[in-house]
Amino acid sequence: MKILANGMHYSALNAAVRMSEENDIEIMNCIGQRYIGAGLSERYIDIHGTPGNALGAYLNGAEVRVDGNVQEATGDTMNAGVIEVHGCAGDATGYAMRGGKIFIEGDVGYRCGIHMKAFRTQKPAIVIGGRAGSFLGEYQAGGTIIVLGENLGGKPIVGYFCGTGMHGGEIWLRTDELTAALPEQVKSERMTLSDEAASLIKEWCARFGKDEKPYLSAVYYRLTPNADNPYRQMYTPN
Amino acid sequence: MELYIRPDYEVVRNESRCIACRVCERQCANEVHSFDPETGLMRSDESKCVNCHRCVSLCPTHALKIVKTDDTYRENANWEAQTIHEVYRQANTGGVLLSSMGNPKPYPVFWDKLLINASQVTNPPIDPLREPMETKLYLGSRKANIVRGEDGLLKDTLPPQLKLSVPIMFSAMSYGSISYNAHESLARAAEELGTYYNTGEGGLHKDFYKYGKNTIVQVASGRFGVHKEYLEAAAAIEIKMGQGAKPGIGGHLPGAKITEDVSETRMIPKGIDAISPAPHHDIYSIEDLKQLVDSLKEATEYKKPVIVKIAAVHNAAAIASGIARSGADIIAIDGYRGGTGAAPTRIRDNVGIPIEMALAQIDTRLREEGIRDNVSLVVGGSVRSSADVVKAIALGADACYIGTAALLALGCHLCRSCHTGKCNWGIATQRPDLVKRLNPDLGYKRLVNLVSAWKHEIEEMMGGMGINSLEALKGNRLMLRGIGLTDTELRLLGVRYAGESL
Repeated sequence: MKILANGMHYSALNAAVRMSEENDIEIMNCIGQRYIGAGLSERYIDIHGTPGNALGAYLNGAEVRVDGNVQEATGDTMNAGVIEVHGCAGDATGYAMRGGKIFIEGDVGYRCGIHMKAFRTQKPAIVIGGRAGSFLGEYQAGGTIIVLGENLGGKPIVGYFCGTGMHGGEIWLRTDELTAALPEQVKSERMTLSDEAASLIKEWCARFGKDEKPYLSAVYYRLTPNADNPYRQMYTPN
Repeated sequence: MELYIRPDYEVVRNESRCIACRVCERQCANEVHSFDPETGLMRSDESKCVNCHRCVSLCPTHALKIVKTDDTYRENANWEAQTIHEVYRQANTGGVLLSSMGNPKPYPVFWDKLLINASQVTNPPIDPLREPMETKLYLGSRKANIVRGEDGLLKDTLPPQLKLSVPIMFSAMSYGSISYNAHESLARAAEELGTYYNTGEGGLHKDFYKYGKNTIVQVASGRFGVHKEYLEAAAAIEIKMGQGAKPGIGGHLPGAKITEDVSETRMIPKGIDAISPAPHHDIYSIEDLKQLVDSLKEATEYKKPVIVKIAAVHNAAAIASGIARSGADIIAIDGYRGGTGAAPTRIRDNVGIPIEMALAQIDTRLREEGIRDNVSLVVGGSVRSSADVVKAIALGADACYIGTAALLALGCHLCRSCHTGKCNWGIATQRPDLVKRLNPDLGYKRLVNLVSAWKHEIEEMMGGMGINSLEALKGNRLMLRGIGLTDTELRLLGVRYAGESL
């Protein structure tokens, strides 16, 4: 089904997506409508244009492809599914996501992957082609974030405070050296890709038509938390 | 025993009554009591006692009592024993002081400085035993437009509402902070009473989905256990921005409390700390809040009211004005005496404002701005009796949340040691041997008893005023008079002094 979105209010657009009898939906001329795909467990949504904030919030298995940039809070509290963005993403991408995968061709803004967490077989992943803003993986409690660092233009691959409060999961940075100072909760090791990280990168390459070689053979830093219980010693019962 | 800290209590055992049956020893998770085989007598280590009264209540021969120690430091009105102990504790450990339950400090309780009116001669009182009293109410936004369909008939544009048969709901307490049996008791009581309980931010246990129509689910900054089915299961969704016991502070459930079952409900791995950041990192403005409200409504197809819960803080009225414009249907306000499973002592005891003041100011502000009907107001922290409920409604609340009172009904003795996880009453613990002490079959009945009794009392007080429906009491501040209040307090509460007639 094809939906011409220009001039449509988001609630009308989302209702049309929900009620569609067809699984595959193409949204044309998307101009900032929010919450597209919120909570959906089926559907394949192909978006042309620029969707608004909270694209795929609480996504529960549906797949969303965006031919363009996305705004803030993409994949907020996502549980399962895939979001593929042929462009850049704004702030708080993948906030508190618990499952599914987000693939971004370009850069992400601040607070990407904040409070991301894993649960049993659910292991969320975000793969970013470009660079990430400050607070990447803040409070991260599980899952995998990979930053590939394409087109840095002289800027560092991640901004300030990467992994502040991190207490689970991992962040992979494709870089020869770590330029940003890391908070004390974060441990960094220069190492070769795990099979899991490599397969996520291969999937990113396949989705964006990139050659795998320069990504798989590169030098990576892996960031993990220093401890599972970083605040254990902080309190005194009174 | 911690260095320099002398026990606050003494366990007094009447040796002539004690039969050394060792019940106290088995009942005390703090391991205060022990049996001395050499003398055949029971011993106690008072330094471990939290004064929860489990042993006292269960001693078959009434041989035990716990008394405040009369051991004393040199008297000093500025440096009381508790204050001195807190310094010792921090010098011993370097830690942030951690406490539980509500602020116990001797601040004024404004509920106790408000008096309720009654009818005499004119506008006669109503006897609720003879005449119908309406305690049913609806919570939600009243922002409906008059729209007619093509057939000329009115279309229902009223946003979704919660229907309560009493103006009392059970406030948010997470599975993790309280036990499975405590949650089951609350859920079953809410169902029988025709009201709602609140999951708190710890997710909804799979066994309790069946109580969904009486369940409010919470979405907090950590988003624990939040997923599509969780949102769908509930009657309403509450966004937790703050909590009265710890305004401006996040939550932190230690890894040790994340058991298999809690892990499954919160949807996080076992043994890893569950951290709720202080802010929602995607909410820095009312516009951002609106976005979360709207995204939850989109995800649940506009079928459920969305509640925004805030702590009562200095600018609560202005904040509530923003929330009332954010698309939220209900605002929940939690006063500075609200309970908690764990909060830094200094925050609990020093941050926030009384719920009575916050409520009066928020209701006034929303009325002045003409947006009171955008939202319903629910208040808690702390509502201790049916009289507090009546006063809250007269000050402008639609309904109340009760937490501490509900836990007391389940057997809590307010020892304020929830953060240790060793609750002898089976409430604030995840230890299976302790959890089973709370029988949900009895627990839910006690909750039903409590709220039913309050309902009768509310009807009596309303009848006395000559009011036969909650709707007519709501915001009716002429039914209140202040006593022992300053002019400023009267002005803020919007009530006259006792004796001042119309």
